[in-house]
Amino acid sequence: MKTRTLLTISAAVMATSAFAQDKSVTIASWGGSYQEAQSKALFEPAAANTGIEVKQETYGGMSDVRLQVSSGQVTLDIVASGSGSAARAAAEGLLEKLDYSVIDVSTFYPGLYTDYCVGGDVFSTVYAWNTNTYGDAGPQSWADFWDVEKFPGSRAYRGGVAGALEPALMADGVAPEDVYSVLDSEEGIERAIDKIRELKPNISVFWTSGAQHAQLMKDGEVDMTTGWNGRFDNAAKDGAMVKYSFNQALLDYDCFAVPKGAPNRDTAMAFLNEISKPEYQDDLPKYITYGPTNKAAYDTGEITAEVAMGLPSSPDNAAMQLPVSLDWYAKWETIAAEMYQEMMTE
Amino acid sequence: MVAARINETGLRRDERLEQLKLFGLGLPAMLLILVILVIPVGWLFYVSFIGADGTFSLENYERMLKRKSYARIFQTTFEISFLTTGLCILIGYPLAYFISGLPTRIANLCLITVLLPFWTSLLVRTYAWLVLLQKRGLVNDWGISLGLWDEPIKMVHNMTGTLIGMVHIMLPFLILPVYGAMRAIDRDLMKAAANLGASPKRAFWTVLFPLTLPGLFAGSLMVFILCLGFFVTPAVLGGGKVIMVSMQIVSNIELFVNWGAASALGVVLLVSTMVILWIASRFLNLEKMTGGGH
Repeated sequence: MKTRTLLTISAAVMATSAFAQDKSVTIASWGGSYQEAQSKALFEPAAANTGIEVKQETYGGMSDVRLQVSSGQVTLDIVASGSGSAARAAAEGLLEKLDYSVIDVSTFYPGLYTDYCVGGDVFSTVYAWNTNTYGDAGPQSWADFWDVEKFPGSRAYRGGVAGALEPALMADGVAPEDVYSVLDSEEGIERAIDKIRELKPNISVFWTSGAQHAQLMKDGEVDMTTGWNGRFDNAAKDGAMVKYSFNQALLDYDCFAVPKGAPNRDTAMAFLNEISKPEYQDDLPKYITYGPTNKAAYDTGEITAEVAMGLPSSPDNAAMQLPVSLDWYAKWETIAAEMYQEMMTE
Repeated sequence: MVAARINETGLRRDERLEQLKLFGLGLPAMLLILVILVIPVGWLFYVSFIGADGTFSLENYERMLKRKSYARIFQTTFEISFLTTGLCILIGYPLAYFISGLPTRIANLCLITVLLPFWTSLLVRTYAWLVLLQKRGLVNDWGISLGLWDEPIKMVHNMTGTLIGMVHIMLPFLILPVYGAMRAIDRDLMKAAANLGASPKRAFWTVLFPLTLPGLFAGSLMVFILCLGFFVTPAVLGGGKVIMVSMQIVSNIELFVNWGAASALGVVLLVSTMVILWIASRFLNLEKMTGGGH
């Protein structure tokens, strides 16, 4: 029985690969448990169903794309990116305009796709804590994260400006809905950075990657950190004593973009259409707790009510969070990053 | 007379021919240096003067003056490089001295153990230190269970961890040239010094030590210059608090739209390194120290 299924599968694979011989795409993503989830839920099944051959790579972000585009040696067809850096790359002219006559986004959440980047998953930047140190009732707000009297212990914080200033302002008493208007000036940015200066003696690590902040919690190196929710769930699955809360978290999304001059541009568009379909997106939460960008993925029955409750984009969770403003990042990120660096090197 | 003159012209012709031959032999190397060193460095200089809008501009250098963080990053970079070089000398010199006194076979075995770390990747060694030194790492676990200290000591995610990792990686670069210099010294000189009434300490400092200086300087210089460009070790073991120039180059590439912002950092690092070498050469006879010249 087993052999026969295997034979059928291999026959099917051979058949599909035979009729779509030269269709292939190269996809670059961030590696770790994130890319593994993407691979299992999106890339591999979509490759099997379309016959498009998928080559996967990990990359260092849009600076790699810039290098490829500016030297005219583009090898990547699709890149996974944060929404903010994709917006910046698009403004720089590094990305192909997406063909929405091919990619169907009719059932997408509005605001989770742009002309240059189509949303792949919704994630949150949260505060997470070690349950050995604080029990289940850890910090419940950014003010708690800053409160070293109530929650003594070492912290880790992001080593870059993205997602670092908003929490500081909320800890400083700014209401979530006012955060971006306060940040809309150098004084406002400085206010947020001053708040981080205040916490800095208790920050023992500035993390630079998702794999790193997950590892820090696994090893018990710090008692509290900021980071991306899915990484913590996967760390907890591996036995790490870690919990997090969606209250006051930053709601953001990752998206897929096509570098300018991608060798297989048209195949890339077709492939993006495929992996944007609800029947793939509804599998992603099985591997990492990131929500779908396609609303219809909640209707297939694959995502149970229980799973939905743990996803950043479920209505209850989304209501507690501050959606990240791409406009703010487009306008201020470079200046804010320079100011942030001043604080980091002090 | 005539024969002598013929001889002279013949000799001169031979000399010119030999020079030409040597030049021909050296040509590929010179071309290689031109292609892989001179042109890219020239390009680096050029790009560093290109602003975000693609025209000639000094903005990349102005930024470094305006923001204090750049000065601090350069300070950290040189501080770490000096400290690492110093620690390598403190640990490496006595070790090289010890090994050079051993019988050849045992000495070779020791050298292999010195070289062994070269066979594993730098990244692996750096992460190994992270695992060993972190709060709940092996060193802290053992220290606490043996009662040596009560609270976990912070040995990583800071300057200490960075230095430990870098010294470990750079040690062979110091030990090998020093060992080479020591091996070349005739040990009978020490006996002669003793014979003339010098205490072992005096014999070491007045006879052996000066003779090892070329090797020591060659090694220190190599360690120092390699340290200036370190990236992985401070990035992993520094916990985001130890920022060296190479790390800033990467952030600038990610942050700014133009390559110039990163190139300018490279140019300043290159120029300041050259200035330091120039100052060193004013005070020390580098050519002699590094064993070159006649």
